[in-house]
Amino acid sequence: MSLQQSGIFHETYKEDMAIFQTPFIKFWMAAFMVLLILFPWINKPLNALVNTNTLYLMNLIGIYIIGAHGLNILTGFTGQISLGHGAFMGVGAYASAILTVKVGIPFWFALPLAGLITALVGMVFGIPSLRLKGLYLAIATMAAQFIIGYAMRNWSTLTGGSTGIVVSSPSFFGISLGDDRSYYYLVYTLVIATTLYTKNLTRTRPGRAFVAIRDRYLAAEVIGVNVWLYRILSFGISSFLVGIAGSLWAHYVLVVNDEAFGIWLSVQYLAMIIIGGMGSVLGGIYGAVFMTLLPILLRIPEHALTQIYPGVFAIFQSMTEGVFGLIIILFLIFEPDGLAARWHTIKNYWKLWPFSY
Amino acid sequence: MIILELKDIYLHFGGIMALNGVSLDVREGEIFAIIGPNGAGKTSIFNCISGLYSPDRGQILYKGKEINRLSPFKRAQLGLARSFQNIELFRGMTVIDNLMLGRHIHMRTNLFTGGLWFGKARGEEIRHREIVEEIIDFLEIQDIRKKAVGTLAYGLQKRVELGRALALDPQVLLLDEPMAGMNAEETEDMARFILDINEERDVTVVLIEHDMGVVMDISDRICTLDFGERISMGKPAEIQADPKVIAAYLGEEEL
Ligand SMILES: Nc1ncnc2c1ncn2[C@@H]1O[C@H](COP(=O)(O)OP(=O)(O)OP(=O)(O)O)[C@@H](O)[C@H]1O
Ligand SMILES: [Mg+2]
Repeated sequence: MSLQQSGIFHETYKEDMAIFQTPFIKFWMAAFMVLLILFPWINKPLNALVNTNTLYLMNLIGIYIIGAHGLNILTGFTGQISLGHGAFMGVGAYASAILTVKVGIPFWFALPLAGLITALVGMVFGIPSLRLKGLYLAIATMAAQFIIGYAMRNWSTLTGGSTGIVVSSPSFFGISLGDDRSYYYLVYTLVIATTLYTKNLTRTRPGRAFVAIRDRYLAAEVIGVNVWLYRILSFGISSFLVGIAGSLWAHYVLVVNDEAFGIWLSVQYLAMIIIGGMGSVLGGIYGAVFMTLLPILLRIPEHALTQIYPGVFAIFQSMTEGVFGLIIILFLIFEPDGLAARWHTIKNYWKLWPFSY
Repeated sequence: MIILELKDIYLHFGGIMALNGVSLDVREGEIFAIIGPNGAGKTSIFNCISGLYSPDRGQILYKGKEINRLSPFKRAQLGLARSFQNIELFRGMTVIDNLMLGRHIHMRTNLFTGGLWFGKARGEEIRHREIVEEIIDFLEIQDIRKKAVGTLAYGLQKRVELGRALALDPQVLLLDEPMAGMNAEETEDMARFILDINEERDVTVVLIEHDMGVVMDISDRICTLDFGERISMGKPAEIQADPKVIAAYLGEEEL
């Protein structure tokens, strides 16, 4: 066991502001990065164990992490709830599909453009936030969810109606990113970029303004924060990120239709940041991992049992859904501050071990 | 020179006239106190000045310009800062972050530069952190700088809130009962800070305070309110001798 410093002392403000403060953390971060890079080459045994394509899972997780960061900025940091992020992700997916397929723009331009278009849409639907808070805002954003969903289904000339749009895989200097492994590197490059972006944003001027608005918007206004502007900006940047997630999703799944972006996805996003930890950058990551893995992990016992008693398959399938719901409820009761907070207490426990009272 | 002027301000809540034609003027560089019994309308005046309430009638002039229609954040940018009677700090944040928020109007980092961190944002963070640390030293709160504000004792929170207002680098500082709930020593410290802010930083101070000893000691001029009306305005000695004031306010305590 390595000895840790009893406290952290810094010589300069620059050091004091670093994200990874101790050599200990830096070491584990580096080890984690190596694992992340090697994962697509060592995941085979894991596939057999959980009986799924873990690389596919990792890619989904990565895409959801980006979207969860987006919602976390809006809800966790700025305190504005949204039940429209499922639809906003759809806007990103459709925008990217339309831009690449119908307009003929390369993926690399369509990706940021999809983010920008989603940001615009998000800001428009964020306008009610200037007047509404809490539950009322939740209802207003839910209206956005339904309006956008309606447009996706019925604006057939643009969206292809219920058949949707078939999209192609991007390529990178002639190399196709059409397989799980190469797409993994695309997704995780963006996961790392957006995670650093979110972390940096939340520790500088705009992020502090967001939190100030969340905690006491009147005091924020009185010390000079343009509360209206920042509320809309928060919708913008939040939707931008979930739009990027949507674009990545589209070019991975390769067909875009409205079914994937219903209210259920919005609820899942909210569940991710609540379970992971609102207002914590790590929270979005934990939440996306948890919400994607839980149904898969629940399927393992189901799978095993079905092989022994084939007849019980149907019963177990509905049971896993129930267990899924139950676990989420238990989480909300026993870990209301989310996994990120739990991780924090565990970390502090070990820092002070064996004097951890 | 008059830096802040209220002309015939009226404000009502339902049937209550909170302010009933109040006029007053604050001169640049002075410590101006507003006193009066509970419910007299003192905090309402501050809320009108900082833009949280908009008066039914009357003008608010800052440096000769009417600011009635400006939103609160614009008034902060013009150099008006305040503290609140019921502390309005961002409780979950550290002392440093609260003070850094006070620097908001002087910083430029946006969604792009902030997210990138390296380059502009970091340089700006460091520069303003130095200013914040200087305020922390001035207010003698070094040992709590990384504590979440909500965990601090009441007197310290009041001090942090003063620090946040000071971080705005204001020209006029509105302080709503900065000594309320403090013991003698804390009150004395606070009075010293206010005097230093006024003298060394050239900040005009408008002070609402119930502690008559302090008010008489440190203010240049005093305005007395009762039931939303100004009943007198003048130097401490004049106020102390004014029979109307004694009847409305001082008398209340002495009887
Ligand atoms: N937001 C409000 N809604 C309704 N009534 C209000 C509001 N703000 C102030 N009032 C009323 O206006 C009157 C003046 O209140 P104000 O807070 O300005 O008094 P004050 O002089 O600051 O008193 P205190 O010494 O108790 O702080 C009071 O009767 C109060 O009840
Ligand atoms: Mg008051």
